[in-house]
Amino acid sequence: MKKRSIIPILYIAFLMLPIYWLVAMSFKTTNEILSGFSLFPQTFTLENYITIFTDPTWYWGYINSITYVTINTVLSICVALPAAYAFSRYRFLGDKQLFFWLLTNRMAPAAVFALPFFQLYSSIHLFDTYLAVALAHTLFNVPLAVWILEGFMRGIPKELDETAYVDGYSFPRFFVTIFLPNIKAGVGVAAFFCFMFSWVEMLLAKTLTAVEAKPIAAVMTRTASSAGYELGLLAAAGTLTIIPGAIVIWFVRNYIARGFAMGRV
Amino acid sequence: MRTENQKAWFFVLPVLALVAFNALVPMMTVVNYSVQETFGNNQFFWEGLGWFEQILRSDRFQAALGRQFLFTAMILAIEVPLGVIVALSMPRKGFWVPVCLVLMALPMLIPWNVVGSMWNIFTLPKIGLLGYFLNDVLGVNYDMTQQPLSAWITVIVMDVWHWTSLVVLLCYAGLVSIPDAYYQAAKIDGASPWSVFRYIQLPKMKTVLTIAVLLRFMDSFNIYTEPFVLTGGGPGNSTTLLSIDLVKIALGQFDLGPAAAMSLIYFAITLLVSWVFYTLMTKDDAQ
Repeated sequence: MKKRSIIPILYIAFLMLPIYWLVAMSFKTTNEILSGFSLFPQTFTLENYITIFTDPTWYWGYINSITYVTINTVLSICVALPAAYAFSRYRFLGDKQLFFWLLTNRMAPAAVFALPFFQLYSSIHLFDTYLAVALAHTLFNVPLAVWILEGFMRGIPKELDETAYVDGYSFPRFFVTIFLPNIKAGVGVAAFFCFMFSWVEMLLAKTLTAVEAKPIAAVMTRTASSAGYELGLLAAAGTLTIIPGAIVIWFVRNYIARGFAMGRV
Repeated sequence: MRTENQKAWFFVLPVLALVAFNALVPMMTVVNYSVQETFGNNQFFWEGLGWFEQILRSDRFQAALGRQFLFTAMILAIEVPLGVIVALSMPRKGFWVPVCLVLMALPMLIPWNVVGSMWNIFTLPKIGLLGYFLNDVLGVNYDMTQQPLSAWITVIVMDVWHWTSLVVLLCYAGLVSIPDAYYQAAKIDGASPWSVFRYIQLPKMKTVLTIAVLLRFMDSFNIYTEPFVLTGGGPGNSTTLLSIDLVKIALGQFDLGPAAAMSLIYFAITLLVSWVFYTLMTKDDAQ
């Protein structure tokens, strides 16, 4: 048993190394970074973080990103819940084809959609709004949410529904007060995945925004090119983007393995 | 048992409306561009299948496609076995399980451009941890911005770092669902570790492995942001994968016709290969 645990330890060490380096860099001064190699920050500084928290273009990048990610997550879960219920409980004309078509959207390269999305959302005057990015991200998040929720719902026996109807529950009341609490792990996991994929996606988010809703990624690339070689600042901004993900994952830690298997184990 | 009920369509209607708006309208835009030529001023001329022929024959597309297949093949060949090995050696219960899972999932929650920047900082010669270690400690001549081979290795290692955990978590989910009784029975029968793997663990992991291979195929085939930020497709064109090339044509040169035709060919290849994978891997279940 002891000998075997060396593999996960080595693997996690490999995962943590670049993250450590990013965090270490963020506490260094630009001078120290450019003057050569040092494993730990020699002159520990919070300068980079102070810059980010005092400059509106920086911290608005985070607020913008979190806003459209939240809208996307709520929207995706709300439309996916009834659909997943239908797929897990009923057979209807074209159900298999529809399900497969939904999944094909998960396969489409985002690069294919970048330009048409730009034109579509410009033409309906949504360009550079939170809603545009949130809607665009539903393209791959809704199919995923349907897929995960359907997997979790299939595990709930149909007798639950039938007993509730016999007891005189209406469908909406049954769904909210009985069914939802039974699949709350699934809802949590689906929300986690929507959050995750919307938070990490950058190509569409950047294409669909200019000023008002600009995500943190766009701020980072602009700063990287205009301010030249501010690696410390870039590292601090990068470190801060890891934190929301780390917080969210802590909430679903007990369901994460099953969640990654889309509830299909 | 699912019952027949056509009213279920009302439940899927919101999803259908949303995804149709997001998928069909842009897809039709792409189809429109792919068969037309434009000289600006919103004037379009019928081009037929000319762009498709031009793209399929061009050396540039074939080279990018070749690089893309090589990249995806290497990713699958490394990440799937590595993921299975790590999943097999993980503890099944106890305090360390959630800690392991959270730490392993962390790379997947980092925005893709930050992943690129992070590896850029990590591999810089003289300054970065890996760059310094390779060049100044081991004496290997390593410079990602100059040598295509270094760039390739870096892009591959970055993707292994980023996504192997997906395979690990999926396989782990399959493994923990095996009841202890199976292992006890195997022990009584005196089964070797290999036969435990072959006849107990592997069959249980089959579904999740199918999902893992499919997801890893799709995502590595569509990869854009991370290699773009890390290498920009260079040095030269050596790491210009399909998506990078497509964005260069569409948003860089604004050649809408060729870009649209390339988009459709690209999407078709992704669909086709996903479908082939899916049928091959689920063939046994059907019998």
